[in-house]
Amino acid sequence: MNGTTKTLERPPATAGPRGPRAPGRETTFDRSSGDGPGANTAAANPARVGVWLFVIAVTILFAAFTNAYLSRRAAADWQVGPLLPILWVNTVVLVLSSLALEYARAHGSREDAAGARLGLGAATALGTAFLIGQVVAWRALAAAGIFMASSPHSAYFYLLTGMHGLHLTGGVGGLFYALWKVHREPAAAQVVLGPTAIYWHFVDVLWLYLFFILFWQ
Amino acid sequence: MAVTHEHAHAEHHLSFVQKYIFSQDHKIIGIQYLMTSMAMAVTGGILAMLIRMQLGWPGTKWGLAAFLFPGGFQGGQMKPDFYLSVVTMHGTIMVFFVLTTALSGGFGNFLIPLQIGSRDMAFPWLNMMSYWLYPPAIVVLLAAFLVSGGAPNSGWTAYVPLSALKEASPGSGLGQTLWLISLALLIVAFLFGSLNYITTILNMRARGLSMGRLPLTIWSLFVTAILMLLSFPVLFAAVIMLLFDRLAGTSFFVPSGIVIGGQLLSHTGGNPLLWQHMFWFLGHPEVYVLILPPMGMVSDILATHARKPIFGYRFMVGAICAIALLSFLVWGHHMYTSGMHPLVGMAFMTTTLAIAVPSAVKTFNWLATLWRSRIRFAPAMLFALGFVSLFVTGGLTGIFLGSPPIDIYMQDTFFVVAHFHFVMASAAIFGVFAGTYHWFPKMFGRMMNERLGRIHFWLTFIGIYATFFPMHFAGIQGMMRRIYSPQLYAHLKGLAELNAFVSLAAFALGLAQLIFLVNLFWSMFRGPRAERNPWEATTLEWQADSPPPHGNWGAHLPEVHRWAYDYSLPDAKDDYVPQTVPTAQVPAHRGTDGGGGG
Amino acid sequence: MAAGTRTTDERRTGGFLALLILLMIVIGGVGMTVMAKTRWWLPPVASAHGGDIDRLFYITLIVTGLVFVLVHVLLALFVWQNAAWGDRRAEHWHEHQTLELSYTIIPAIVLAILVSMGGVVWHRVHAAPPASALAVDLRGEQFAWLARYPGADGAFGRIDPAKIDARTNPMGIDPGDPAGSDDIVTRELHLVVNRPVEVRLRARDVLHSFFVPAFRVKQDVVPGMTVTTWFTPTKAGDYEIACAELCGVGHYIMRGKIKVETQEAFDAWLAGQKK
Repeated sequence: MNGTTKTLERPPATAGPRGPRAPGRETTFDRSSGDGPGANTAAANPARVGVWLFVIAVTILFAAFTNAYLSRRAAADWQVGPLLPILWVNTVVLVLSSLALEYARAHGSREDAAGARLGLGAATALGTAFLIGQVVAWRALAAAGIFMASSPHSAYFYLLTGMHGLHLTGGVGGLFYALWKVHREPAAAQVVLGPTAIYWHFVDVLWLYLFFILFWQ
Repeated sequence: MAVTHEHAHAEHHLSFVQKYIFSQDHKIIGIQYLMTSMAMAVTGGILAMLIRMQLGWPGTKWGLAAFLFPGGFQGGQMKPDFYLSVVTMHGTIMVFFVLTTALSGGFGNFLIPLQIGSRDMAFPWLNMMSYWLYPPAIVVLLAAFLVSGGAPNSGWTAYVPLSALKEASPGSGLGQTLWLISLALLIVAFLFGSLNYITTILNMRARGLSMGRLPLTIWSLFVTAILMLLSFPVLFAAVIMLLFDRLAGTSFFVPSGIVIGGQLLSHTGGNPLLWQHMFWFLGHPEVYVLILPPMGMVSDILATHARKPIFGYRFMVGAICAIALLSFLVWGHHMYTSGMHPLVGMAFMTTTLAIAVPSAVKTFNWLATLWRSRIRFAPAMLFALGFVSLFVTGGLTGIFLGSPPIDIYMQDTFFVVAHFHFVMASAAIFGVFAGTYHWFPKMFGRMMNERLGRIHFWLTFIGIYATFFPMHFAGIQGMMRRIYSPQLYAHLKGLAELNAFVSLAAFALGLAQLIFLVNLFWSMFRGPRAERNPWEATTLEWQADSPPPHGNWGAHLPEVHRWAYDYSLPDAKDDYVPQTVPTAQVPAHRGTDGGGGG
Repeated sequence: MAAGTRTTDERRTGGFLALLILLMIVIGGVGMTVMAKTRWWLPPVASAHGGDIDRLFYITLIVTGLVFVLVHVLLALFVWQNAAWGDRRAEHWHEHQTLELSYTIIPAIVLAILVSMGGVVWHRVHAAPPASALAVDLRGEQFAWLARYPGADGAFGRIDPAKIDARTNPMGIDPGDPAGSDDIVTRELHLVVNRPVEVRLRARDVLHSFFVPAFRVKQDVVPGMTVTTWFTPTKAGDYEIACAELCGVGHYIMRGKIKVETQEAFDAWLAGQKK
């Protein structure tokens, strides 16, 4: 009877068994010391899966904003606001921070903890510089009398840069965490940096996208 | 071969606060969600009683209610703005703060690690943080009742401009802002919860537990989590934009040319329909978030108590996935009369009626499960059977509403109210009851009183039909939603008796729930001790102790050798074979040699 | 509990549940619907396309009613038949592709038919109004309806919300637009029996909805948009506009008066209105 049972079964080998996770252990970027086949493959790391899922949710958030933005942009009274030069500077800074993070990852996978820490530190500093630069941009606009309600474009500008900034701040928090983790446990560098990089590059690409749709005419 | 882990029996000296308040154990968190949801259900239920008081006997002077809610009554009579606040908060609480939290937060948390054979969720700390956004969200929400202007008046759907302009209604002041902030907090909780569930189910299944061997409870919770992850961010975006329209003078949703309170407002270019599109893009998947977990749980409860495999497992999984996919394509059926282009309405009609097909498949599969079964009428089973009836009744009225020409008449009438109270307030709640009765022994290590459970079922099943079935006719006669008094229109003459009857039935229904609450809390502390597997069920959670210890499984994780539905195998001795039993070890029927089971 | 008592208990519960389903749900549900038809039902149709809508409603009622009865009868039957009895084991039968496909395909066909029928009616409702239609502009506001007729020139003047004055210019007609000088603003909506009417719907402040049950007409009114709907009233008499979109504390009392009358009576009434 059992043999003829038709189910969606696949052979157990593909079921992805892994070691149990120790109860109560902090697990966000942690690796369980459990063993079992496939326990160390990057694809199975729950932190990576979790970060990708978070990236998907944030993407949907900005897709919703984009949809509203594009339909508003089509109206006759649309006028693009000023593209302050500092926004270009911030963009370069953010791209550099992603490169620094890739440097960190490369050194992390070569077990060079010092190099990893250097790259991470640079990425964190540059990421913070980006945030400061965004605040500078906001203040410049305010000084010019451009606030959220000033025009349809300014409303979306503040909305999109503000929401991006919030997510990036979370990302900076993640970088600080990664710094602390690599400092405490150098062997964990490779494992921590993977998910961190996924999120950080995502907010970088997100910024490039927002910058483009806000100012391309 | 099981994998041992040296930390499996580590002695954690956790304080009371770490163990029961800021616990990272999925079982405790699940129970926290369930208990908090229950408290909110009582709150939402009291609000429902207030609604029924007003609709049953408009114009009456109430003594006790006026005493308890002084701001809402004047001269003993309920005020119209209070009525709208009650309607708004009732809907918001029941949808977001009761059903979503109880089903996904409560049952999702408790059952997922146990049914997949893991020790806990992928991210226990995040799990705890997700729960702890819920009580603050409640406080912010309920605070709306206490601020100037009171709780929002714009319905749980918060359509713009009513919800955007403080001049439009008393509750559109600070109360509406608090409502929005509360929702934003809760949405973050839901998003992190979903992320946790998806990662856990993908990554942490026990050895041998392929996706095709998962119980339907897990399939439904898994797909629901995906639905939530993909749809809640859209509502979050809309909430942020509405907050800015309200507080920063933007015009995301508010159009130009509005004259209110004698003033021409300065907004320009916003689109009220945009709010509706964004709200319902979440709102529609949300109702499937509320019905899929009960469907999954009911499938498993029916199988267990009918001692028979669920019929058509593959089609059931397919139907869950089809419902989820289609749920993203139907949101416009809430907007047929909104001013949307009629062709768009046609498209949504097609997808809406399409989504009835997988629902029909599931219904017939449940019936086929019962055919030639062997039913044990535990309270969980009674509620599961009740679910089938309520879901069918509610689903069928959805077919009327899915057709735009019929919806021209029925939109915004009590026909809609009846429809969604059948599928949500009735069917989904029956899913919660069935799940509670069924998994109570595992959660608390004790048995609920069966007699009280059956009485609770009879009274609730009768009460629910008595309350909500007549509402269809109020809608057919044209009674609109959200009206403070149904007596002021010529076409509503004659509905007074019907409304009074519905109100009386609702009161009886509400009172009957006290039986459940008494049974629940008494049994938690004084119920007879439960054994490991009181229902003789096959799924993994019944292999753990009742209640399971921290880490669920002791030294060895379970290993799975079969699917979740080996009930009544002809050659096996017992009428069930747990998922952990290898083929070679199935005890054979008396008289046959060993190794039966094929 | 001894096996024998258990079995009796289960059979009794099963029987009771089956009976409840049959009595309360099948007989009660159908019975109440039959009774409701005489007491709480659709108001008599008073518009041309209303008949189409009602026909669709009744067909859907019959189809869903049949399914409602069928599923509940089966549920009751299976519950009663399979209450635990004796040593008999349940049948380990859980898959039958043909059966499952049949109850996938048959509902799909039935629903496809309902979709097509609905599409035809929807298309008719939203077809272009005939040229002979009476044009009227109707605005919803907190908490009343205001109507406007185009006057002798047949054209509506432009609306400028800045020009709204509660006493002198409640509609906000732009005085600079000559087409508006002969517009007639009224509190009541008068229509001509058997003559199509094209209603241009607007809102002054928040969402409202133009719902006339007897005409089977409903259309939300949206600030910032003008939405048009048209229909042909077929029975003379008095009707009410019921607001069907939550619009604030006065939503329950936002009634508009409609009068459907002969062309002569309408002309006389309109002539008597102040501009």
